[in-house]
Amino acid sequence: MATFLEMSGISKRFGGVHALRNIDLTLEVGEVHCLVGENGSGKSTLIKIISGVEAAEPGGRIAISGKEYPKLNPVYSTHCGIQVIYQDLSLFPNLTVAENIAMAHHLGGLHSVNWAAMRAIAKATMAKIGVEFDPDTKVSELSIAGRQLIAICRALAADAKLLIMDEPTASLTRHEVNALIELVSELKRAGICVVFVSHRLDEVLEIAERVTVLRDGAKVGTFAADTIDGRKLSHLMTGKSFEYQVQAPELAAGPVVLEVEGLGREGEYEDVSLRLRAGEVVGLTGLLGSGRTELALSLFGMKPPDRGTIVLDGRPIALRTNAEAIHRGIAYVSEDRLTLGLILNQSVTANVTLTVLERLASAFGLIAARARQTHVARWVAELGIKVSNPANAVKTLSGGNQQRVVLAKWMATNPRVLILDSPTVGVDISAKDGIYEIIRRLAHDGVAVLMISDEIPEVLYHSHRVLVMREGRLTTDVAAAATSEDALRLAVNA
Amino acid sequence: MPESHIASFGRFRRSHEFWLLIVILGLCASLGFANAQFLTMQNLFDLLTSYAFVGILALGLLVVLIAGGIDISFTATASVAQYITLSIANAYGANWIGVFAIAIGIGGALGALNAIFIQKFRIPSIIVSVATLNIFYGLLIFFTGGKYIYSLPDWFAAGIFWFEFEWGKDSSYGVNLQILALALAFLVTWLLLNRTNIGRQIYALGGNADAAQRLGFHIFGLNILVYCYMGVMAGIASLIQAQLAQSVAPTVLVGKELDVVAAVVIGGASLMGGTGTVLGTFLGLTLLAVLQNGIILLGISSYWSPFFVGLVILISVSATAWSQRERRTRGARR
Repeated sequence: MATFLEMSGISKRFGGVHALRNIDLTLEVGEVHCLVGENGSGKSTLIKIISGVEAAEPGGRIAISGKEYPKLNPVYSTHCGIQVIYQDLSLFPNLTVAENIAMAHHLGGLHSVNWAAMRAIAKATMAKIGVEFDPDTKVSELSIAGRQLIAICRALAADAKLLIMDEPTASLTRHEVNALIELVSELKRAGICVVFVSHRLDEVLEIAERVTVLRDGAKVGTFAADTIDGRKLSHLMTGKSFEYQVQAPELAAGPVVLEVEGLGREGEYEDVSLRLRAGEVVGLTGLLGSGRTELALSLFGMKPPDRGTIVLDGRPIALRTNAEAIHRGIAYVSEDRLTLGLILNQSVTANVTLTVLERLASAFGLIAARARQTHVARWVAELGIKVSNPANAVKTLSGGNQQRVVLAKWMATNPRVLILDSPTVGVDISAKDGIYEIIRRLAHDGVAVLMISDEIPEVLYHSHRVLVMREGRLTTDVAAAATSEDALRLAVNA
Repeated sequence: MPESHIASFGRFRRSHEFWLLIVILGLCASLGFANAQFLTMQNLFDLLTSYAFVGILALGLLVVLIAGGIDISFTATASVAQYITLSIANAYGANWIGVFAIAIGIGGALGALNAIFIQKFRIPSIIVSVATLNIFYGLLIFFTGGKYIYSLPDWFAAGIFWFEFEWGKDSSYGVNLQILALALAFLVTWLLLNRTNIGRQIYALGGNADAAQRLGFHIFGLNILVYCYMGVMAGIASLIQAQLAQSVAPTVLVGKELDVVAAVVIGGASLMGGTGTVLGTFLGLTLLAVLQNGIILLGISSYWSPFFVGLVILISVSATAWSQRERRTRGARR
């Protein structure tokens, strides 16, 4: 196989910090290569050097198709066929499919627009990968998966030979991920080298031929994908080993806290019955669109059910708003913590106290500074939030610490039932472990936890009981000890 | 009809512009029924002439809004350009080309000043233009003492009258300076936005500035162009306004910003950038003109005019937001 890109001795420093140390990497023509590593391991810096956005320090060597580029810049790298699809896709939602794909036509000095040529380029490129959108549709009208296809088409229209995709599966459903994997193997057949940057280790192993692992700016190694498994990969990424075992059913589980009978909501889910006990962690999985998030939102009062009953502590309740749910001790940590769960520009203090402002108020209805301070200090310590000063804005924290702030915000309400939607999305493996630890401790303290997740190992190894939803129905309700990853995968996808 | 035409007609029927057109036609029909003077050639030419000033400014603002910025300093820019240009013409003599060149130069320079502050110092455009509005206007009033200029060069005061034709008895109509400038402004703006790559870059910039930067767009150059275009339109608008008013009044233009913003926003342009069309702006301007004209013809107190303009803005913007939400929920279900 011919080598497309060869780099050796690549280092990069920002200020005094080594972002990359002495990295060697080769990418073959028509290879699918995955780049993995925790946040801050140097993945994005490496991509920026390959695409010429950042320059490596002297001493490094970069050769593309056998030709040396001592000073690679974005113009050369694009010219060599290097295309990066960033996580946000960098599309123009207000422009048409044709314009987005043939955007190169719009560059350069003043000239008139040849709409027919742009449509022809777009159609031809879409035909190459077997997709068909109306070239005059605006990109804002497409789904996320559709937009990703457009971003891939734009790279192909720019004659990509190396396609780097940063977290391409982050917002796709399992079905769409499968389609993407199919597409990647087609690109490979066309001789295009694809580099995947991903957090999701099972996908990495499914799609890649070789995997390069980075840790703290250094390369741990490049491995053939069929020689490693997820456990080894996370060990390589973090230098720690995580051995998870299926948890036994919680024998000490307390009384039933929440009982749901025949719950249904038109067009979203139907006939759902389940019980949550104090001290128990219940995992809920299923494809996107299986109704799991809608069910959770119903339990939190945000999507009131049409049918069925919800019983809390033996008393039937009707939840019409989330304020009622919060008042009754039901807390919900949303999946999209960045937009829904946190006020990023505000301090840790402001975020943690948001749910309990009434309790902190003094007789005059003003916030008592002392009480607030004590409250925040307690939760920062209890959840091990790493922040030098609680007055710092939440956006300065790492993903794992942000998630802890969200948890603190809800735990401060002393919930009886805690619903967690995808609690570890975008969180590093080692930080994930900390979050699992918190969940276990919460359950131990008598909270009933419902944890929703896409990742089957996550629900299997960190719950006492596992529920699976498919097409709006609850199809599986089994003790974690009585099932396996394969059985659950089958139940989810069948 | 070829298939693509059917598809694009379908798209037009779902657009903001289509509904504006329906509303305008409905309004015109009822006004025509209520007052015989409304649907006359005389009224049509009067409206075109008197709304040319707002229309030309609206086209400049449209381009700024599409790029993701905003500028409200254009009335002050216009006042400055008007006063200096016609003072020069009075003192040293000039011709049509001369006065337009001076006014365009002044407008463009003041626009560039806005762009430099916005881009180099990363100050939000609304803040910059509020500041420059006050600075431009303040300096103008200080140096002129707010005095009107009533004597204009004869050739300027006479204006132009092209393509004269007879209509009805004893009435002749033709293309005057205002209508000519308005038509040219529409044509040039439409060509810029739809037929040049720079126009498409302006849309792209407003749609996703980060992506534009990554693709290597010349962001600073585009911003200079956009704010200069606004300034140039202000320069042109200022002259046709002075010609119509037959005087230069440094104090009367500032305060007319909101009519211009109204026309563009009713036309469907978004303050978030990336959206807005020349057709939409034309229809927005038309609706504004018909509404204000109708209020007068129906004998309603003109004090009601701002109320109705505000109402139409609210309805128009709400309708756009509502239809977008509908489309999004439908899209999500797919």
